[in-house]
Amino acid sequence: MENLERIIAECPFFAGIDHGFMELVVGCASNVKFEAGAYVFKEGTPADTFYLIREGKVAVEMFSPQSKPLVVATIGEGEILGWSWLLPPYVWKFNGHALQNVRAIALDGKCLRAKCEENHDLGYAVLKRLVQNIEQRLDETRFQLLDVYSAA
Amino acid sequence: MMSAATSIAVNPMTPEPYCVRDVAKETPDTFTLTLNPQNGNGASSFKPGQFSMLWVFGVGELPISISGDPAKQDQLVYTVRSVGKATHALVSQKAGSAVGVRGPFGTGWPVEAARGHDLIIVAGGIGLAPLRPVIYHVLAHRQEYDRLVLLYGARSPRDLLYRKELAAWARQRDTQVLVTVDYGGLSWRNHVGVVTTLFKFARLRPARSVAMLCGPEIMMRFVVRDLETHGLNRNQIYLSMERNMKCAVGFCGHCQYGPHFICKDGPVFPYDQLAPQMDKYEL
Repeated sequence: MENLERIIAECPFFAGIDHGFMELVVGCASNVKFEAGAYVFKEGTPADTFYLIREGKVAVEMFSPQSKPLVVATIGEGEILGWSWLLPPYVWKFNGHALQNVRAIALDGKCLRAKCEENHDLGYAVLKRLVQNIEQRLDETRFQLLDVYSAA
Repeated sequence: MMSAATSIAVNPMTPEPYCVRDVAKETPDTFTLTLNPQNGNGASSFKPGQFSMLWVFGVGELPISISGDPAKQDQLVYTVRSVGKATHALVSQKAGSAVGVRGPFGTGWPVEAARGHDLIIVAGGIGLAPLRPVIYHVLAHRQEYDRLVLLYGARSPRDLLYRKELAAWARQRDTQVLVTVDYGGLSWRNHVGVVTTLFKFARLRPARSVAMLCGPEIMMRFVVRDLETHGLNRNQIYLSMERNMKCAVGFCGHCQYGPHFICKDGPVFPYDQLAPQMDKYEL
C-alpha cells in the first residue's frame, strides 16, 4: 500500500492532494499491465476503471464506419486515461488500445465514486483535477480541429 | 572574380543562376531541392533562418527559407511545398535545369546568442524546414549548447519531413526529439495530438532556454501560450514569420506587419516585438 501511495502521489494528476484523501484513493487502486496491442477498454463496455499511466502509450480510438478505427489522441506517461467511469451511463465511448507495453495504476471507478459521494471534499478535489484535465483536452481538441497544417 | 555574396550586396535585385542538382520527395506535396551555383564559385553563405528569393524562369519568384546545412558552402537547399503554380513549377524542376537565386535575406535565428543555453525548437508542418539549419548548427557545435529539445507536429504521418534525420537526431546526446501528428493511422505508434501535447513529455529547463518556433501563426500562438505557462519570458521566444515577401529588401511593403518589414527586419523576431501585432484581428 505504501508503495502504491508513493506511486500515486508522484502522478501529476494527484499532485498536492491532501494526505487523508490519498489514503482513500489508495484503497481503490491496484497495479495493472497491458501488453502492446491489448485493449485497455473497448467502446460500449462498462467503464468501471480510471487509469494513471506510469509507462507506455495508449491510443484513444474512435469508431469510424467503413474504416478502421481512428486514433484521435495518445495518452502517455504521467497522464490519466478515462473519464467515463465518473458519469452515467458509465460506459466507454472510445477504445483504449495499448501501443506499447503499458504499466498503470487502475483506480476502481465504483469505489472512487462511492468515496467521493461519501466525502464531498474528496469529490471536489478529484473533480477539480478532472475538470482541469478535461479543459486541457478540450483546448487541444479545438486546436486539432483547426487543421492548421492543411494547404487551404 | 566577384563572389556571389559580394554581388548580392551590390545588387540584391539581380538573381544569380543556380543549377538544380537534386529534387527529393519528402511527402506527397513537399520536395527538397539542392542547388549549386552556376558561376563556379561557392554558394552564398547564409545564417540559419534566412531565406532566398527563388526565380522560376517564365513563371515567377518565391520566397523560400533555406533548409540546408550552413556548413556546406557548395550548395543551397530548400524544402518547398507545392501549393500553387509557382511552387509546383519549382518542385517540378529536373536535375540540370536552372533557377535564379537572390539572397540570402533577412535575420536569422539567434544561434550565437543561444550559446550556453538549452534550445527548445517547436516546429509545425513545413515549419521544420527553416529550423533544420539550426539543428545542423547545434549538432556540429554540440559542446557550445546544452540540451536540444525538438517538438515537431505534422498533420499525419505521411506529412512528416526528414523522417530519417529525426530518428538520427533523437540518438544524439542531450537531444530529445518528440514527434506527433494530428491524425494517426493504426500503424502509427508515436504520439497523436497537437504539437502542444508534447510539452508534457519534454525535459524543459525554462530559465536557461531559448525557444525557436516556426509553423502556422495560429500554431505558434498556442505554443507561445504554453511556453509562457512553463515560465519562459517573451524575450526568450523567437518566431519565424512567413508573410507575402516580394522584393525581400524592404522596398515594396508587401510583407509589412505593423511597424516591421518581415523580409528585412525578420523573418525571425523575438516574440516581445511581435506580440502587439499578433493580438490584432485581420492583420
